[in-house]
Amino acid sequence: MPVPILSTRDLTKTYGRGPDRFDALRGVSLEIDRGDSVAIVGKSGSGKSTLMHLLALLDTPGGGSVHVEGTDARSLSGRRLNALRNQMFGFVFQQFFLNHATTVLDNVVLPLKIAGMGARERRARGMAVLEQLELADKARNKAGNLSGGQKQRVVIARALANNPRVLFADEPTGNLDSATGRIVEDILFDLNQNHGITLITVTHDHDLAARFNRRVYIRDGQLITTDEEHAA
Amino acid sequence: MKPLETLKTAITNSFRSKLRTTLTVLAIFVGAFTLTITNGLGTGISNYIDSQVAAVGASNAFTVTRADTGSGLGSGPQKYDPNTRVLAGGGRPGSTQVALTQADLDKIGAVPGITGVSPVTRLNTAYIQWNNQDKYQLSVSVLAGAQPQLDAGQNLDDGSPAPQIILPSSYVAPLGFSDSAQAVGQDVTIGIPDATGTMRTVTARINGIEQSALLSSGGAFINKALSTALTQAQATGTPATSAPVYTAATATFAPSSESQISGMKSQLSGAGYTAQTLDDRIGTVKTVINGIIGVLDAFAVIALVAAGFGIVNTLLMSVQERTREIGLMKAMGMGSGSVFALFSAEAAFIGLLGSLIGSGAAIALGTVVSHALARGPLSDLAGLQILSFAPGPVAVVIVLVMAIAFIAGTLPAWRAARQNPIDSLRYE
Repeated sequence: MPVPILSTRDLTKTYGRGPDRFDALRGVSLEIDRGDSVAIVGKSGSGKSTLMHLLALLDTPGGGSVHVEGTDARSLSGRRLNALRNQMFGFVFQQFFLNHATTVLDNVVLPLKIAGMGARERRARGMAVLEQLELADKARNKAGNLSGGQKQRVVIARALANNPRVLFADEPTGNLDSATGRIVEDILFDLNQNHGITLITVTHDHDLAARFNRRVYIRDGQLITTDEEHAA
Repeated sequence: MKPLETLKTAITNSFRSKLRTTLTVLAIFVGAFTLTITNGLGTGISNYIDSQVAAVGASNAFTVTRADTGSGLGSGPQKYDPNTRVLAGGGRPGSTQVALTQADLDKIGAVPGITGVSPVTRLNTAYIQWNNQDKYQLSVSVLAGAQPQLDAGQNLDDGSPAPQIILPSSYVAPLGFSDSAQAVGQDVTIGIPDATGTMRTVTARINGIEQSALLSSGGAFINKALSTALTQAQATGTPATSAPVYTAATATFAPSSESQISGMKSQLSGAGYTAQTLDDRIGTVKTVINGIIGVLDAFAVIALVAAGFGIVNTLLMSVQERTREIGLMKAMGMGSGSVFALFSAEAAFIGLLGSLIGSGAAIALGTVVSHALARGPLSDLAGLQILSFAPGPVAVVIVLVMAIAFIAGTLPAWRAARQNPIDSLRYE
């Protein structure tokens, strides 16, 4: 049996303390296989975003463990951890986090810059990935002047710049109208099916979740077997 | 992230909030400006003093006299010794100065390290005259390694057989010259009374005109040839049996370290002589001036420390404003060290900007003011540039300001570096 690309065991996460204490995750165990497409579905406050942040190694769990290709994330050195975040994972943020003052290309090549790639190489790779997302003609535009759908595609381009093996997307269609949302969805599934990228997406949209290979339902910080919400 | 990329990004970032960066740069500007000005003041004044001191005497020579052994209170009159000669002293009434004889000069010359001894003879010149115009009083002294600041002409040549003289610039107009340049190369007549009271004259050529100076005595410098001629003229008619005596001697030594000099001094004082270098005589003036410059520098540093807090504030706001951006970069695998380097580099760059502009403005303004002062209120002190900027000290100021800016930047940079990526991204 192949080692899952990501797995968690009894994952917990608590915010605050005393009367403000909030248990976002209460023992989540999960395995995600290479090349799979997984939707993490739940209502707001269910802990789905927290789970994805822990999977992407952006946060440290309160308890339990995250394994990346069989290696416990806690045993990773700072340098190794940064290399993983930079090379292996791509993250599509719901709020985009684009630098509006600089060009689309500059935004897209940021992970390459962090990786220490030379300026010429960076430009070539940035243009290639913009080409892939049909944004090459916007490369010189300021990121702030784009429409919502274009911004979402720029964020995906940025996540793809370093050829990641796992792509995380947080509500990728949440801010878009349904037609634009559909285009973005198609891009994500194309990456999963034709480029072998493991796709992990957080959503509360059941229509979107239905297109995934696998759905993980979460409520009050715990995984539930069926979509009770939907069934009810 | 590559170091060069970090630097480029830091510079770009510092221009992102132009108003805030400008205000911080201004705060640093004030500090760097003040520090450069006080530094220039110190350099200018010490340059001036050094050149003035060099005009009075050589730095590698002692003025040696016999130690006065009888000045102690209540010690009573000294017992007569037929081997010592006493000169009427120029000090308080009743004080005496023991004269130096040829035997003393030999003893001083025997001290290890001393390369030459020459007696200081008193030449009682009476007047100087040019071209049969009016006569003026004149005092002369031998140029014992001194380097007078010349207005025109050249320094004296002690090896030349021709008698030469350097006159203070105050003599130029009274003697009948139209300017300093005209005076150089002219022959003047010097009158000196001999032992019998008869006035004798010696002719000398003006080799140079000395600038009016802070420490000058108003006397003229003469070369060895003229000194010999005047001594001969003065000694005409002296009884042959009278042995020459001197008030003081100049003992020269090879350039030596501080400890070698004090070693020679203690040897000379052990032998019963008092030796003083020029620095001993001028030293206090320099100490006072260094003290004043030190106080001014301290004020400038206080201004800089205040500017340092400005940098802390600017960068803290910058970190706050860019919290999410920092989170994003860390989420993309940027190491804490790189984040720290990015913000530290930004601080150092702001410091460099402030110090370059501040020092540049100080040098420009200082040079203009200094020239204006030299032509106006300070024109009596020829050769004084009150503000003078040497590359070394200015570079030290710039590096110091950058260091203060860097240290001020470490706190915000550390705050930026230690943040958890997701905490930073969640920051509202």
